[in-house]
Amino acid sequence: MNIVVCVKHVPNPDLPMVVDPETRRLVRDPGESVLDTADEYGVEIALQLAEMHGGEVTVVTMGPEAADDALRRALAMGAHNAMHIVDESLAGSDALGTARTLAAAVEPLDADLVICATESTDAYSGMVPGALAEMLGLPQLTFAREAEVDGDSITVKRAVDTGVQTIQATLPVVMTVTASIAEPRYPTFRGLMQAKRKPVDVKSLADLGLDASLVGEAGAQERVTEIATETVEKEGVKIHDDGGDSIDQIVAYLKRIEVI
Amino acid sequence: MAERRVWVWVEVDVEGRPDKLSLELLTLARSIGTAEAVVLHPDAAGTVELLGEHGASAVYVGNDARFGDFVVDPHVDAMAALLNDESPDLVLFPSMFSARDIQARLVGRLGIGAISNATNVSYDGDDIVVTAPYGAETIGTVTLDNDGPHLVQIRPKAFPIEAVGGSAEVREVSPAIDDSRCRVRLLETIEEVSEGPNLEDATVIVSGGRGLGSADNYIIVEELAGQLGGAPGASRAIVDAGWVPYSHQVGQTGKVVKPSLYVAVGISGAIQHLVGMQGSSNIIAINTDEDAPIFDVADFGVVGDALQIVPALTARLREES
Repeated sequence: MNIVVCVKHVPNPDLPMVVDPETRRLVRDPGESVLDTADEYGVEIALQLAEMHGGEVTVVTMGPEAADDALRRALAMGAHNAMHIVDESLAGSDALGTARTLAAAVEPLDADLVICATESTDAYSGMVPGALAEMLGLPQLTFAREAEVDGDSITVKRAVDTGVQTIQATLPVVMTVTASIAEPRYPTFRGLMQAKRKPVDVKSLADLGLDASLVGEAGAQERVTEIATETVEKEGVKIHDDGGDSIDQIVAYLKRIEVI
Repeated sequence: MAERRVWVWVEVDVEGRPDKLSLELLTLARSIGTAEAVVLHPDAAGTVELLGEHGASAVYVGNDARFGDFVVDPHVDAMAALLNDESPDLVLFPSMFSARDIQARLVGRLGIGAISNATNVSYDGDDIVVTAPYGAETIGTVTLDNDGPHLVQIRPKAFPIEAVGGSAEVREVSPAIDDSRCRVRLLETIEEVSEGPNLEDATVIVSGGRGLGSADNYIIVEELAGQLGGAPGASRAIVDAGWVPYSHQVGQTGKVVKPSLYVAVGISGAIQHLVGMQGSSNIIAINTDEDAPIFDVADFGVVGDALQIVPALTARLREES
């Protein structure tokens, strides 16, 4: 089974998000960026399915040179191959440009299963996986919390607004996964060492045969015209509890806001 | 210039009614131009009356059984054909799972940009102006450079539901659906039934997160919620961990709530969660980590062990009531 996982190098989600007022783009500090935790679940289920059914896992990312770090992390977890699409023309891509680039990269890999997170932790538009599936001409099974492959059939359980659904399709498909799909493994020391030496297939737009006017800033239709910062930090009260001595103050607060 | 045609993608709830989020979007649609609704669902016909009452002047009704038996593909094929024939200016999508799937595939199909997580849409001449918050503190103004249709997903609770009266003209949609395009079959849906007041309607919500330590401790959240006549909620982390059902989830991918009191118990306050609850009138946060981001939005923060404080608080309130 040939599995491709699309991953992203994102600013550390534990740090506050910073937008550059000039470029109106998210500030990406390579030293403070990581493999999106939302992608670790996809890498994990890909590895488990490959261990169960045979085959290889290829991780693909699009991003500046520093995004190599995200691929190395996935390789250290056990991914077999990695592809990195790097090109200056890709800066400023919107969801459409990103999907176009990933589609051009993934299509020749002839995957049985393409896995994405439901949304990236930094931009969270959630539009890329569906647009990618459409461009690849593949069905999509989204928001998976459980996935089972049997021959060429894939069955997915997912939580949606109306309850828990079970959906089924025939491979090849695109699947998006949530955190409940699998607990990501920590890379072993040996895995980390090996990942440093594994080759990464680096591709430019020309290598993919993609016209630069369709991607990046040039191809983006979604354009941010203004950025405003709104401070939501409240002048709230913060107290320290010591052995339950905060109860009186909490009760007083509840009375003041007339909840009790 | 002719009035703008604004379409609203309608999701149908388990009772066969138009989902509340779709009704919210009709309020926005009416403020921009002529509001029209699209319902592709086996029970679509039953939604027309309510949609008309909430301001839809027309409803595109597609009730092919395959809209219920399969997900995504037949809907996308039908919607792409409709957009091609009718050329609306704008399509509003609710922030819901299947609506997102359809919007995303349309981006790929039509090769057009789209905007997610928006809180408002207006027009400046021919330019669309969309407000979209990034994270908890940054608000972006975004436009789309394509000629249309513009595809915009709107956050829950951005607009009130308004029953303005009126009735909608029914426009039957019978797209040619190719069976070979029905590729993802829906085998089963298990409804999650929640007890007590509905999260969206509750005036008090008590939510729990990872700081509870284990699924067994969620009971302290339920007991405090019960004592305050409220509903229990949850962070995405503990829903993903399987401690509580998805119907309890508050946040970007869960429910967006604005109760008069929100109590966050053992919730650190990831952006995902904050966007779902920061509109609450009063927020109490209880967490052991003094630096947790939840304290930035809290009106009343308690740094301490929720496992001790919450049961003691519930007991005190019970004594006083």
